[in-house]
Amino acid sequence: MSALVRTEKLSLAFGGVVAADAIDFELQAGERLAVIGANGAGKTTFINIVTGFLKPTSGRIFIDGKDVTALDPRRIVRLGVGRSFQLPQLFLEHTVRQCLELAIVGKAGRLGFFRSLSAQADQKEIDHTMELVGLRERADDLASSLPEGQRKLLDVAMALTLRPKLLIMDEPTSGVASEDKHDLMAAVMRALSEREVTSWFVEHDVDIVTQYATRVAAWISGKIAADGPPDQVLADPTVKREVLGVA
Amino acid sequence: MSTNLVRTMVVIGALAFLGLGLSLPWLKTPAIFVLSYGLAALGVVVMLRGGQISFGHAMYACIAGYTVAFLQRAHPELDGLVLIIAGMVVATLAGGIIGVFVVRYRAIFFGMLNLALSMVLFSLLAKMYEISGGTDGLRIDRPTLAGITFDRSGYESALLIGSLVAAIFCGWLVQRYFRSAAGEALAGIKTNEARLEYLGLSARRILWSGYVISAALVGLSGALFALVQGLVTPEMGYWLRSGEFVFIAILGGSVHAIGAFMGAIVFTVIKLGAAAFLTGVWQMLLGITLIVVILAAPTGIAGLLRIGTRRAPEGGAR
Repeated sequence: MSALVRTEKLSLAFGGVVAADAIDFELQAGERLAVIGANGAGKTTFINIVTGFLKPTSGRIFIDGKDVTALDPRRIVRLGVGRSFQLPQLFLEHTVRQCLELAIVGKAGRLGFFRSLSAQADQKEIDHTMELVGLRERADDLASSLPEGQRKLLDVAMALTLRPKLLIMDEPTSGVASEDKHDLMAAVMRALSEREVTSWFVEHDVDIVTQYATRVAAWISGKIAADGPPDQVLADPTVKREVLGVA
Repeated sequence: MSTNLVRTMVVIGALAFLGLGLSLPWLKTPAIFVLSYGLAALGVVVMLRGGQISFGHAMYACIAGYTVAFLQRAHPELDGLVLIIAGMVVATLAGGIIGVFVVRYRAIFFGMLNLALSMVLFSLLAKMYEISGGTDGLRIDRPTLAGITFDRSGYESALLIGSLVAAIFCGWLVQRYFRSAAGEALAGIKTNEARLEYLGLSARRILWSGYVISAALVGLSGALFALVQGLVTPEMGYWLRSGEFVFIAILGGSVHAIGAFMGAIVFTVIKLGAAAFLTGVWQMLLGITLIVVILAAPTGIAGLLRIGTRRAPEGGAR
């Protein structure tokens, strides 16, 4: 069985700065991968390359065995790869419900010009998604009025509405108060489990990583320095020194 | 509440237009101009919904106007309704072709590229005297309307009624479009184009659709304008005319289709009123009005009246 995501010698350089250095990577369906690394290690750049936002200098990317190296984000999304962002990417002048309606209609790929958006979208599916991530009470509030934690949830919910095979989340708990981080991750993971979505998330909080990941990959200077079960990677001396900042 | 308010305003406005226009003959032409400008501003509003401002959309009015003039020269027997539809169709096709190119750009580049194209058209029309009549333009004879030959007064009355029907119908259609998936996605370009792409949607295609709709609306406006004025000149596509459309769109606001017509009414009243009573300073009055609107009511007159709120009503279904 081919990997859900596979990269071969994936590289990207910005001038003299090598953000991705010949990365060979595989992600199997069902895994919960946590990516850790210091700021500037190339974690987000790698996500940007895999999701088509940045084009690699060299190397290839495969989703479900299909070569997607030259595809743009839109086409990669259609192959079942959803994404949430470090800074939530929302439609700030739309309500929570409308954001999800746009996502669900976008998934169908047909934008009607006459029927209202709400009539075109599957409201049951939207209600269920809001219930899953705990946004039901905020359905009719503008996205711009949400606090950061709920913005993150909405960002994830929009990606989930696409019914992806894989959800890539870039720092889902950053900017969220530490006492709310676990609630947020619990809500997200509950939704992912229900829909059997493979996940890959960038995270700095070791507690979150150990609690929710089945595999950890540590990024250092555009390379994967360690990759494996959480206890093994987090105990790696290089990871401890370079990523976790402990002796 | 908002919907009822809009309906009431449309009914009152339509009755006022018909009543005043038909009882005061000198008001017919200004009333048709208001509706024509409103339709053009509605086209600009469509672009504003997507966060883009075009400073060259008058070119589509110009294209439609010259289509009417050229067609009538070639086929003098053509009915006015056929000429209007033909003008609108050609402007829409032009919008479709030009749109493929301009929707690659955003913000100031989008605005200036449209302006540049409109000025190329203006220059061509002004220089190609043998074909376009140069800066003198081309005269348009009064055609039949729906097969009926009218005298001047009847012709203007028929055009007024036709323009009013077109304005209400287009306003309704555009408002439906704003609330549709395509229209809401267009509004999504304004706040987060990247997210649209990550939902599997093409922001460029969405903007192109909006651009073509806006060209069609401005084209309809231009065809009506040409018929009521009986003359087309390159001035129809000049950048100042585009600026007036943008002015009206901002004045009326982009939160609801009705804003474009509110803006057109206020614009025309100020322009004609000031030109009559404060000769020489009407531009200053318009400028002051725009400053007041931007500072006090950035969502325009329609926004000030709380028409077209972005928050969904009870139950979320709209």
